[in-house]
Amino acid sequence: MPLFHDEDQETLANTVGPFMADRAPVSHLRSLRDADDPAGFSRDLWREFGQMGFTGVLVDEADGGLGLGHVEAGIVLEEIGRNLTPSPFIGTAVGAVEALRLADRGLKETWLPGIVAGETVAALALDEAARHRPQSVALKAERQGNGFRLTGAKQFAPFRHEADLLLVSARTAGDASDEEGVTLFALPRSHPGITVKAERLADSSFAARIELDGVDVDGSTVVGEVDDGRSVLNRVLSAVRTGASAELVGVAGGASAMTLDYIKQRKQFGRIIGSYQALQHRAAHLYAEMEVARAATLKAQQSLDAGSETAERDASVAKAMAGMASSLAVREAVQMHGGIGMTDEYDVGFFMKRQRVLAELYGDADFHADRLARMEGY
Amino acid sequence: MDDALEDFRRDTRAWLEENCPPEMRKPMRSEKDICWGGRKFTFASDAQKQWLDVMAERGWTVPDWPSEYGGGGLSPAETKVLKQEMAALGCRVPLQSFGISMLGPALLKYGTEEQKQEHLPKIARGEIRWCQGYSEPNAGSDLASLATSAEDKGDHYLVNGQKVWTSYADEADWIFCLTRTDTSQKQGGITFLLFDMESDGVSTRPIRLISGASPFCETFFEDVKVPKNQVLGEVNDGWSVAKYLLGHEREMISGMGGRAQGLTLSDYALNKLGADEQGRLDDSVLRARIAMHEVRSHAFAAMSERFIDQLKAGKIHSAQPSMMKYYGTELNKDRHELLMAAGGSDALEWESEASGGGKAARAWLRTKANSIEGGTSEIQLNIVAKRILELPEG
Ligand SMILES: Cc1cc2nc3c(=O)[nH]c(=O)nc-3n(C[C@H](O)[C@H](O)[C@H](O)COP(=O)(O)OP(=O)(O)OC[C@H]3O[C@@H](n4cnc5c(N)ncnc54)[C@H](O)[C@@H]3O)c2cc1C
Ligand SMILES: Cc1cc2nc3c(=O)[nH]c(=O)nc-3n(C[C@H](O)[C@H](O)[C@H](O)COP(=O)(O)OP(=O)(O)OC[C@H]3O[C@@H](n4cnc5c(N)ncnc54)[C@H](O)[C@@H]3O)c2cc1C
Repeated sequence: MPLFHDEDQETLANTVGPFMADRAPVSHLRSLRDADDPAGFSRDLWREFGQMGFTGVLVDEADGGLGLGHVEAGIVLEEIGRNLTPSPFIGTAVGAVEALRLADRGLKETWLPGIVAGETVAALALDEAARHRPQSVALKAERQGNGFRLTGAKQFAPFRHEADLLLVSARTAGDASDEEGVTLFALPRSHPGITVKAERLADSSFAARIELDGVDVDGSTVVGEVDDGRSVLNRVLSAVRTGASAELVGVAGGASAMTLDYIKQRKQFGRIIGSYQALQHRAAHLYAEMEVARAATLKAQQSLDAGSETAERDASVAKAMAGMASSLAVREAVQMHGGIGMTDEYDVGFFMKRQRVLAELYGDADFHADRLARMEGY
Repeated sequence: MDDALEDFRRDTRAWLEENCPPEMRKPMRSEKDICWGGRKFTFASDAQKQWLDVMAERGWTVPDWPSEYGGGGLSPAETKVLKQEMAALGCRVPLQSFGISMLGPALLKYGTEEQKQEHLPKIARGEIRWCQGYSEPNAGSDLASLATSAEDKGDHYLVNGQKVWTSYADEADWIFCLTRTDTSQKQGGITFLLFDMESDGVSTRPIRLISGASPFCETFFEDVKVPKNQVLGEVNDGWSVAKYLLGHEREMISGMGGRAQGLTLSDYALNKLGADEQGRLDDSVLRARIAMHEVRSHAFAAMSERFIDQLKAGKIHSAQPSMMKYYGTELNKDRHELLMAAGGSDALEWESEASGGGKAARAWLRTKANSIEGGTSEIQLNIVAKRILELPEG
C-alpha cells in the first residue's frame, strides 16, 4: 500500500476539513471556555459527528459503522487537532471502539449503537500516576461470586465526568508491575462507589480523577479474557497513541499555518519579517519535522489497519515523533508571533496548551523513545 | 491484495534466492564493496561481477527505466516490491553510480532519442561511469555564477575552465558538465554538456579529504572539443536540466540517512558498552540519546517510503527533495556522532587492524560532507522556505 491517502481517503479529508472548520473552529473552543461550560465539549456536535458517520468510523459495517480503518480515523483526528475541537473522539471512537472490537457480542450490542449514533461518550481510565505508566496497574479487581469488586484510583481520564462508558484496567492477579494478570472492564456511568472529580486542564479541557471504592460489577463487563487484558490493552493503546499522533499533526499544522500567515504580513525594520533568513530557516526546519511526523503517523495507521507485527513499534515511533514535531511547532508559533503570541485574545496560545496535553496523553516522546529502546533490546 | 503483484513478489523472491550469490547477501563492509562499474573499475570479487551481470541482464540495475534503454520496465509498485524483497534477503545493490541516480533521469527527460540510445544502456550495464562537473572555485552554493566557458566553434564547443570537488573524476569515464555559453545572463547562459574524460585537454588532480580518502578532484579543461550533439537539453537552458538533476541527486543523498542494513546503532553500542542487570545499555544518557535518534530514524524511514511513493505517483512538490536531503543528511551526521560516542577511544584509532584502518572515524568524518555536497543544508532550507513555504525574498 503506498504511503499516501488514496482517493477515498482524500475525499473523506475534503469532507471532514470544511465540516470541522465550519462547525467547530477555534472560536468554538473559546466560547465553551468563556462560558465555563461544565462538559467542556458540545453534545450537539457529538451527535452531528454521529450523523456524519465519524463516531462509527472504526465500527464494523455489520454493527452499523463505516467499517473503515485507523487511516480514516486519523483524518478526522487531524481536523479535530487543526481546529482544536474539544471532543471525546479519541477515547470513544478510537479507544473504546478498538476495545469493543475485541469484546463479546453482549458488550458490543450494549455500547456500539450509542457510539455510532453520537449519543454515547466513553472514557479510558488507564493511568494511575502523573506520568503515563500503563504497565503498572494497582487498581484491584477481586472476585465476588460471578463478578468482581473494584478498588483503587485512576487519573487523567479525559471527559470521564461526562462519560456514559468507562474502560478501566484493573489487576485480577499478580503484583502492580506484572505483565500478566490485568483485566479490562467496561463499566456503565452510574455505579455506586465511583467518585469522579473533573479537573480542568491547562487547555481548558477536562480530565477526571476517579476513585473506585469497592465497586461491584458483574462478569459481563469484562472485555476479552480475565487476566489477559494486557493484549486488549496493548491494542487499545496502540490505537489511541496513533490517534493522538494524528491529532498532534493537526495541532502542529494549525499552529504553523497561522504563523506562516503572520510572518508573511508583519513588518519590522521596514521588511516583512518572514523575509529574514533567521525565521525562514527555522520555519523550513519545522516543516521538515512536521513532514516526518506525518509520515510516521500514516505508517502507524497503515500498520494497525494491516495488522502488521510492527504496529506497536510504529505507534510508539509516531507518538514520539509527532510529540516532538508538534512541540516545536507551537513553541515557534508563539515565538514568531512576538508579544501578540502571548495574549489570550490571540488563538495561538490555545495551540500551545492543547499540544502540551496531547503530548502527555498516552505517553510523551521520552516514554515512547524508551519503549522503542526496550522493544529493540537496549 | 493485488494478485498480480503478489505473484510478482513470489517470483522475484524465488529468482533472487536463486541468482544472488551468497557473498552479495552480506552487508557491505565499507565503500570498497560498492560496485561503481565503468571502464576503469576492478571488481572486488567474482561474485560482485556475477551479481551485476545477472541483474543487468534483467534490467534490474535500473528496474523502473524503460526496457528499451536497458531498464526493467517495472511499475512503481513492482519496483517497490523488488526493493523490499532485496532488502529482505539482504541483497546488495548490484550497481550504484551517478549515471543511475543523477544523469539517467535527466537523459530520460531531456535527452534526444539518439542520446538515450547511446548512453542509457551503458549506464544500466555499468559500462560507463559518470562524474558531475558542477562546482567551481567561485561557484559553490551560488552555482549559477559558474564561469567554465564553452565557445561556439561551428560544429563543436571549445571548453576552458576549472571545476572543483568533482567526485571520482579520476575514475570516471564521462562527465556531465555545466558550462557558460552566454555571459550576459546568469541562469540563462548555461549549457549542459556531456563529454569523454579522455578527450584531449582534460586533466584531474585528486584532493584529499579530512577522512584521508581522496575521492574527489580538481578538474581542468584546456581547449576541450565537444561535438554539438553532446548538448543535453537546449543551448542556454542547461540550468533547467541542472536543477532537475539536482533534485535526483538530493533524493539519492537523502537516502544515505536511511536505516543502514546490518549492525544497528544500538547493537554496536551494546557490543561496546555491554548491558546492565536489567539488560539495558549500560550508559543511561547515551541510551536516551540513541533512543531519541532511533525515533527520528524510524520516522525518516517512513518519510523516505512516503517520498518515493509520492514521487512515483507524481504527487510531490518539486522542492520536496530539498527537505529530504536536509533531514536525511543531518540525521546521518547525528548517527555517526553517536557511533563515535559509543565507540569511545576504540573509535579514534586511525590505522590499527582492530579498527579496520580507522573505519569508524573515517566514516564519521566522511558524513560531514553529506550536508555540503549536492547543495548545503542552508541552501536546502532556503529552497524549502521560498518554494514550499512561499516566504518572501529578503
Ligand atoms: C509579557 C510581556 C511583557 C512586556 N512588557 C513590556 C513593557 O513593559 N514595556 C514595553 O514597552 N514593552 C513590553 N513588551 C513588549 C516586548 O518588548 C515586545 O513584544 C518585543 O520587543 C517584540 O516585539 P513584537 O511583539 O512587536 O514582535 P515583532 O517585533 O513583531 O517580532 C515578531 C517575530 O519576528 C522576529 N523578528 C523581528 N525582527 C526580526 C529580524 N530583524 N530578524 C529576525 N527575526 C526578527 C522576532 O524575533 C519575533 O520572533 C512586553 C512583552 C511581553 C510579551
Ligand atoms: C564530498 C563532496 C563531494 C562533492 N562532489 C561534487 C561533485 O561530484 N561535483 C560537483 O560539482 N560538486 C561536488 N561537491 C561540491 C559541493 O556541491 C559544494 O561544496 C557545495 O555546493 C557548497 O559549495 P562551497 O563548497 O563553495 O561552499 P560555499 O557556497 O562557499 O558555502 C560556505 C557556507 O556558506 C553557506 N552559505 C552559502 N550561501 C548561503 C546562503 N545564501 N544562505 C545561507 N548560507 C549560505 C553554506 O551553507 C556553507 O555553510 C562535493 C562536495 C563535497 C564536500
